[in-house]
This record gives sequence, structure tokens and C-alpha cells, in this order.
Amino acid sequence: MEQVFFFYFALVIAAASVLVVALRNPIYSALALLIMFFHVAGLYVTLHAEFLAAVQIIVYAGAILVLYLFVVMLLNLRQDDRYHRQWPMAGIVGATLVIEAIILTVMKGWTAPVVAAGTETTVGATTNAGAIGDVLYSTYLFPFEVASLILLVAMIGAIMLAKKDIVEVNSEG
Amino acid sequence: MTVPLSYYLVLSGIVFLTGFVGVLLRRNIIIILLSVELMLNATNINFVAFSQYFHDVAGQVFVFFALTVAAAEVAVGLAIIIALYRAKSAINIDEFQLLKW
Repeated sequence: MEQVFFFYFALVIAAASVLVVALRNPIYSALALLIMFFHVAGLYVTLHAEFLAAVQIIVYAGAILVLYLFVVMLLNLRQDDRYHRQWPMAGIVGATLVIEAIILTVMKGWTAPVVAAGTETTVGATTNAGAIGDVLYSTYLFPFEVASLILLVAMIGAIMLAKKDIVEVNSEG
Repeated sequence: MTVPLSYYLVLSGIVFLTGFVGVLLRRNIIIILLSVELMLNATNINFVAFSQYFHDVAGQVFVFFALTVAAAEVAVGLAIIIALYRAKSAINIDEFQLLKW
């Protein structure tokens, strides 16, 4: 049963990600990415990461993708050529990566890594969100604060970059 | 019957490669940013799969941080795209060659 769910999610994720790259219209690409985000959230549920599944839908599908669609429609793009001139080089690099991946998987012989003993950090929490909160606010408190700083910098940077009169002043002066 | 860890790694590898090829091949900057999102999601799948496999919740915490960075990247990247569009009225990366040798 678990495998049925995994193969369904994996198939849709792989197909949607190919569509994101292959589709000509940016809006269709963004919608394919939306399908992929929802199925990644489903995959998280099968992996017992319910909190991350909710966050995936709220942040990725709810915020990030809406921002993308907003910009695509704001710019009112015409459809244009899909691929640019460096595609032979890209083909060589991509083929090398694929071969390397195949060789690595064959060489490792599909052996599963050893489960490390005694590193479990789930302490006294019953739910998934509780376990994440326990670790996030104790062990990873400093990275958590740094993440808030990153968000602040990104917010200020986005406002400064997209502000109209700054660009105009620079081009006039 | 549980799913082996290697299946998740293969899925994540496929998605990552797709995103990588998209970054290299496409000309539209928005599609390139979408491909970067694909790669970030591939790493997130890896993190969650390993987190489940090792019974260690730290992997999910890292997905949380990756999500934060992805949100920041999208905000700044789209602001840059809007600024570029104002300057050149195009978002094909072939149009922006100022830093090319």
C-alpha cells in the first residue's frame, strides 16, 4: 500500500517537473510546479512529516507560487524561443551528470546506509510538529534567528530593487 | 512493505537533474527561477527521506531552513527580474550580456 502511494507521488512529481522545464508558456510551467508542490506535500505525509507537508502547501503553493504567477502576469510576456545557444554544452554537462549518477548507483549496489544509533533527537514529543518545535527552539535556536535575519534582508532588498523611483533617478542622473 | 530509501534518492536525483537541465537550457529567467525551485525541492525530499530513515527530526528542521532561504531567494529574484524588465523590456537572458567577457 505504501509503495502504491510512493509510486503515484513519484510519477506525478517526475512528470510535473519535466513539464515545468519543457512547457513553452511560463504560466503553464508555474501551474505544473503547483501540481508538483502538492504531490511533494503528499510524499511528506507518507514520510510522517505532517508539519512540513502543511508548511509546503502554505509557503510554496500559497506564497511563492502566487508571487511567481503575479510577476508572470505583471510582465505580460510574449512567448519566445525556448532554448538558448549553449545547449550543446548543457547536453555534455547533463550527460556527464547522468552517467555519474548511474555509475554511483551501480557501484553502491543499492545498499542502504547504516542507521546511526543513539542520535535520535526526538525527545518527549508525541506529534511531528512538537518534535520539530522541540529541536528548533533548543538545538537550532541560533540558525532560527539567522533565518529571520535572512527574511528581513530579503524583504528590504526586494523593496529596494523593485522600487520605481530609484531606477528613474539613476537613469536620469 | 515499506519503501526503500534508495527509491527516494532516485526520485530526488531525477527531479534535481530536471531542474539542472532547465537552468542550463531555458532562456526565460522566470523558468530558470522555477527550475531552481525544483532543485531545492529535490534536496528537501532527500532531507525528509533521510530524516524518516534515521528517525532524526533534524532533517526536517533543515527543510524548514531551506524553505526560508527559498522564500528569500524568490522575493529577491523576482524583484531583480522586475528591475531588469524595466531596464530592457525583456527577460531573455540572451539580452543581458554586460558581464560577459
